[in-house]
Amino acid sequence: MRWRGATGVIFAASILATAAAATEDLGDAAAGKLVFAQCEGCHQVGAGAENRIGPHLNGVFGRRAAGLEEFNYSKSLIRAGTSGLEWHADTLSAYIENPRAFASGTRMSFRGLENAEDRANVIAYLRVFSDNPQDIPEADPTAKGTDHSVNPEILAIQGDPEYGEYLSSECTTCHQIEGGDDGIPSIVYWPDQDFVVAMHAYKDKQRPHPVMQMIAGRLSNDEIAALAAYFNNPQ
Amino acid sequence: MTLNRRTFLGTAGVLAAGLSAPMVLAQGKPRVVVVGGGAGGATAARYIAKDSKGEIEVTLIEPSRTYYTCFFSNLYLGGFQELSDIAHSYGTLAAKYGINVVHDWAVGVDRDSKTVSLAGGGSIPYDKLILSPGIDFVDGAVEGWDVIAQNKMPHAYKAGSQTELLKAQVLAMPEGGTFAMVAPPNPFRCPPGPYERVSMVAHVLKANNPTAKIIIADPKAKFSKMSLFQEGWADHYEGMIDWIGEDFGGGNVSVNPDAMTVTIDGEETKVDVCNVIPAMKAGRIAEMAGVTDGNWAPVNAADMSSKADPDIYVLGDASQQGDMPKSGFSANSQAKVCANAVRGALTGSKIFPAKFSNTCWSLIDTDDGVKVGATYEATPEKIAKVDGFISQTGEDSDLRKATYQESLGWYAGITSDMFG
Repeated sequence: MRWRGATGVIFAASILATAAAATEDLGDAAAGKLVFAQCEGCHQVGAGAENRIGPHLNGVFGRRAAGLEEFNYSKSLIRAGTSGLEWHADTLSAYIENPRAFASGTRMSFRGLENAEDRANVIAYLRVFSDNPQDIPEADPTAKGTDHSVNPEILAIQGDPEYGEYLSSECTTCHQIEGGDDGIPSIVYWPDQDFVVAMHAYKDKQRPHPVMQMIAGRLSNDEIAALAAYFNNPQ
Repeated sequence: MTLNRRTFLGTAGVLAAGLSAPMVLAQGKPRVVVVGGGAGGATAARYIAKDSKGEIEVTLIEPSRTYYTCFFSNLYLGGFQELSDIAHSYGTLAAKYGINVVHDWAVGVDRDSKTVSLAGGGSIPYDKLILSPGIDFVDGAVEGWDVIAQNKMPHAYKAGSQTELLKAQVLAMPEGGTFAMVAPPNPFRCPPGPYERVSMVAHVLKANNPTAKIIIADPKAKFSKMSLFQEGWADHYEGMIDWIGEDFGGGNVSVNPDAMTVTIDGEETKVDVCNVIPAMKAGRIAEMAGVTDGNWAPVNAADMSSKADPDIYVLGDASQQGDMPKSGFSANSQAKVCANAVRGALTGSKIFPAKFSNTCWSLIDTDDGVKVGATYEATPEKIAKVDGFISQTGEDSDLRKATYQESLGWYAGITSDMFG
């Protein structure tokens, strides 16, 4: 079961509404601390937090559901954990929106947080008590990235080579601008259209490669066109 | 969803920076001085010189004539690279890009007169100063160790002679001897670095000295790529590596370099090699410039400018920016954002929005490479992680080999991006 995928769609859709928006925080952690008052009867978080009626929530991001050995979880959550449910901003939001709808049989007796902003805020608050990506680079994100809508006329976009040159500096950390090819392919002098098609295949996760999927995933159509225009004939 | 106030202000800030008039200069070309010729400094110097096409005078201050990259220095320890493979010089930056390369130590920054003073005498004026000094060690971080002891117990966390020394010591270990590592607390340069190093030492010992042991005393409860390293250690080096984390007193450590002993949580062990990696702080010039707060130099995420001085920028390991790990890849990524912003401020060129990325490859054994990477964006508070990936446990050997080969390609790419 792909738990992340299912809820991920909801997030993507809501981000699309602000096509040109800048990076956004997960929520307002200070406001989330106040929301967390509703949870404190059962859950502890922060220095010295321990399991009480509910499990402690330190390090919850990236943890498998029912993942603390010393806590006695419901069968329902254990099953969800075994089938691959992990706690991330999206799954946590879905769970606390309506716990019983998300995992029938959970012992978390909480009616849920209907308000999306409250959920985002309390999730931002909880995020503070999980791994810091500076120290553990694979730790969960701390903000929502800029997402970009798909435009049907992508191939027709004329890229701005000057913007492409700036953006290309991210590519040349690995791909040599002189066209060298040792372990990482050359990307210079490609026809524009081939470049655009390849980048969109990574962006849409049709071509496999985690680094390229990640890099292409956050490039807008205009940015891909700009890169194609620049790499077509780099100066 | 509408733009909230913070997002709006963040965007407005970027626009304002883009529209503001370039700095008006009374005399001659604008001057940028870069201190530190590593992944941050060399990249920033090269991009500013290259993209300004002679409009900006760039000076790079770096004491070493030959620079050894810290990244891939573990592969030298493991026998996968020659020392000469990770050595670089600054000739191309001077000859092809017209950068004034000064091989000297920067020993002071006068922020009022905007000058950098040099150990060899004299001072260099700047309009914009970029500090990329890497790391220094926190005094007294490991009881019993100081810089005088670094020959007996090398840190090898600034590549070069220390790395050569550590390798020679590993090769000279007696049969069945013990290699100890004192791992650093967070945050530190290269989060997977100590654990890749242990893998590389184990690779050498497995071939030459298979009954030798490795002990790691670690003040942390977990580390980057932990499940990948632990799987690899069990597969390739079964029974050789003993990791003592926070829960077992790994943070309660002292060393005696004369007796070659390490005491972990009260238990003293005689060792043959001891690699002490102390707690770290920003390279000293950042502190001398007065841009540090505690051990690191806080910066604005949009352009890497210091929170203490808008004409000073801090890159790489020395900066306190948010979510990016302290790595060569991060420093290189930050340098390009900074170079674009500095050039815009000095010449009025377009300033594009900041985008950051990082990938860290690690080698566990021959052709067994793993990686972790993420993308980051600037929020008003910090550089925030927005997406990422990590290699999975149980991957097949073809994928691991391809990952290793990709790391070789990345090395070639980033070093030509730094040094031209």
